Amino acid sequence: MAHDLMTTPGTGSAPKGGAAGRSPLGRFVRWDVLVTALLIAVFLAGAAGSPDFANAGNLSFALGDLGEIALIALAMTLLVVAAEVDLSVASVLGLSSAMIGALWDAGWAIETIIPLVVVVGAVCGLVNGLLVTRLGLPSLAVTIGTLALYRGLAYVVLGDKAVAEFPQRYTDLVTGDVPGTPIPYPVALFVLLAIITGVVLHATGAGRALFAIGSQEEAAFFAGIRVKRIKLVLFVVSGTMAAFAGVVYTLRYGSARADNGFGVELAVIAAVLLGGVDFDGGKGTLGGVIAGVLLIGLLRNLLMLNDVATEIQSIVTGLLLIVSVLTPRLAAVVRQRRRSPAPHTPLSSEAESNR
Amino acid sequence: MRDPGEAEAPRGPAPGTAPPPVLALRKAGKSFGAVRALREVSLELFAGEAHALAGENGAGKSTLVKTLSGVHRPDEGEVLLDGAPVEFGGPAAAQEAGVAVIYQEPTLFPDLSVAENIFMGRQPRARFGRIDRRAMHAEATELFTGLGVAIDPGRPARGLSIADQQLVEIAKALSRRARVLIMDEPTAALSGNEVARLFNVVKTLREQGCAVLFISHRLDEIFELCQRVTILRDGAWVAGEPISALTPDDLVRRMVGRDLDTLYPKQDTLPGEVALTVGRLTREGVFTDVSFEVRRGEIVALAGLVGAGRSEVARAIFGVDRWDAGTVEVGGRRLPPGSPTAAMAAGLALVPEDRRQQGLVMDLSIERNIGLTGLKSVRRGPVISRAAERDRARDWAARLQLKFTRLGDAVNVLSGGNQQKVVLAKWLATDPAVLIVDEPTRGIDIGTKAEVHRLLSELAGRGIAILMISSDLPEVLGMADRVLVMHEGRLAAEIPRERATEESVMSAATGRDGAAA
Repeated sequence: MAHDLMTTPGTGSAPKGGAAGRSPLGRFVRWDVLVTALLIAVFLAGAAGSPDFANAGNLSFALGDLGEIALIALAMTLLVVAAEVDLSVASVLGLSSAMIGALWDAGWAIETIIPLVVVVGAVCGLVNGLLVTRLGLPSLAVTIGTLALYRGLAYVVLGDKAVAEFPQRYTDLVTGDVPGTPIPYPVALFVLLAIITGVVLHATGAGRALFAIGSQEEAAFFAGIRVKRIKLVLFVVSGTMAAFAGVVYTLRYGSARADNGFGVELAVIAAVLLGGVDFDGGKGTLGGVIAGVLLIGLLRNLLMLNDVATEIQSIVTGLLLIVSVLTPRLAAVVRQRRRSPAPHTPLSSEAESNR
Repeated sequence: MRDPGEAEAPRGPAPGTAPPPVLALRKAGKSFGAVRALREVSLELFAGEAHALAGENGAGKSTLVKTLSGVHRPDEGEVLLDGAPVEFGGPAAAQEAGVAVIYQEPTLFPDLSVAENIFMGRQPRARFGRIDRRAMHAEATELFTGLGVAIDPGRPARGLSIADQQLVEIAKALSRRARVLIMDEPTAALSGNEVARLFNVVKTLREQGCAVLFISHRLDEIFELCQRVTILRDGAWVAGEPISALTPDDLVRRMVGRDLDTLYPKQDTLPGEVALTVGRLTREGVFTDVSFEVRRGEIVALAGLVGAGRSEVARAIFGVDRWDAGTVEVGGRRLPPGSPTAAMAAGLALVPEDRRQQGLVMDLSIERNIGLTGLKSVRRGPVISRAAERDRARDWAARLQLKFTRLGDAVNVLSGGNQQKVVLAKWLATDPAVLIVDEPTRGIDIGTKAEVHRLLSELAGRGIAILMISSDLPEVLGMADRVLVMHEGRLAAEIPRERATEESVMSAATGRDGAAA
């Protein structure tokens, strides 16, 4: 690259600086603030539009309904910041659920089953991680493969059966509220894990390393960061979290099925991207992701309250995903056009100075 | 007072006649927002001359090039083509008028043939609009013959050396009947032989009546190749005169605006104990049986042609690449192969060759980049103290005299020299025992270059062992206590400072033996 092209005052805003390294919307408003504002707007609109919406019972239900997505989104945030992705999470959730059913049917104790399926989830993540880090395969492709593989295993384990009738004291743990509050146990757990994730991502050396890996893996490696080790750990965490989400899901519905959680990975990724994490890695905040998760949850809840068909819910999720990827890029293009010093060839001259 | 009408008294290389300059800039100014990138800059390019454009990074060279090549339109002043004012509507219009820019690293279509690259978009046509490949090849061959180089027009562009890619770009420019060739740091990534070949091509172009505007940070190249020089400083025109009227020191003084004490401020130090021992290091097909030591306080240069395996040795020592045989010891501790983390822990640091890919995470802030190698000193438990992190970065920025606006700015807004300082800061923060620097001053302006040299000398004075890879021969001779020369993957010679000369290093680097004797 021609260094000079980047660095002389002639190539744009160099001496004033700043804009180039921030989020594409940085000039106007931070993306995660925008999403939070949108969240509040949706909440107010929901409260105005439906009397069933803004009461503790419904909100508590909405939050509980969001539990699995939220848990998986935490691990997914770390992965996407490091420019990787795990699409197999919903299948790991399904496999976990199927194993719970099969083992419960076989007379195992829940106390044995839960740790076991969580370990299996970790192994599923380890397989993803090894394929990505040892063989250098792209995680998008690897985890599409294991998405099918793990779901297939779930059917092998449990077939088309549904296993129910779990002991009340376990289902209570998942559906019940923390005593004295309207907060379901999974939400309390989520809050705890979110704080840990937030600290790791934003206030530890490991978090700094994730951003470096996500924006320029080679430079991170040259700085002595154990890129492969870190990625491997992330995939294991993701698998573990997905399996644990499977436990929560199964107990919450009181039903173990191989097709549990089908398609949840899309909601998770939509929430993460909506939260402002760049799919190319290196940018994002956990606060944004939490706002994104809540926004998706509220929208789903509103659609449900208004008896909107699940197909439409799926359409909304898909659109949100596309919008959240597209908007920052459109904003970047708009910004480039404004900044460009040569109005007659805005894009080419900008491309030139960015070489 | 002299007559201001410069066109009436051309100082071009065509005495007797007075043709107007092919391309000229008259009192041109260009601003971006509040920043005046160019102020009243004038420049004249005559047919048959090689004209140097000199100035530090940020002096406005690139803006000037972009103004000449139609990317920018000047806010003030004008561009003159054959003496008449023109307004290029864009790069395409400038190309049409015969102005071509050859970049340091050309961007060819790798899967197309050389000839197809040359004639992209203007392929000669045969019947029914088919592309006439035979004519295309014949014309390409003719162009290369005219330049005195041998490149097969039928081969794909993929795999061409950067030097060859530049020649393809030159051929492309000539096929468009370019009369002005602007070469923006063409030699930065070339080896000695390739530079010599490029210079021959430029001489041929001059004889054919082209005007060449040549940009380089290497002063010796400017003096060897060019007849006149225009010097910019902080966007303003400083001087425009025949090279023969200047000494290298004059040129530097005009570029920097002050006297530069010395470009190579090497302190004498007494070498201490051995810090780095490399024993019979081998990586199959890349380098073989490389053994040497670097002592504390010593600067050892690793010289050789590009491709001799110097950077590869450095990468292996630091663990970025694995080695197949041999040993690396730092302070008596053996390193495992292939682990930068272990190398770092042992006290090694590597300032890599490719600053923008390997040295820095370009999108991250100055502060985050400095913190990349670890933040142990600013942690309470596992949690980083933001304030301490910032203070630490500010402290390093101050120690290295980094020029920046905010620590939170992404490093990609910094100049090359300041970027290199961030890389150095990042590694010095680890308090290394051995510092490996790979091309530490490539693409860096001369003022910062002197600063980097002074810093390296100081570090050696404080007992750090320094291994310096450099293709810049004056830098090698000026800075090194010892010179190790590599040739085709092997250590060809070890030359102490007293006996190191351009001849002794080059003859070892090119495999003409005798230097070691």
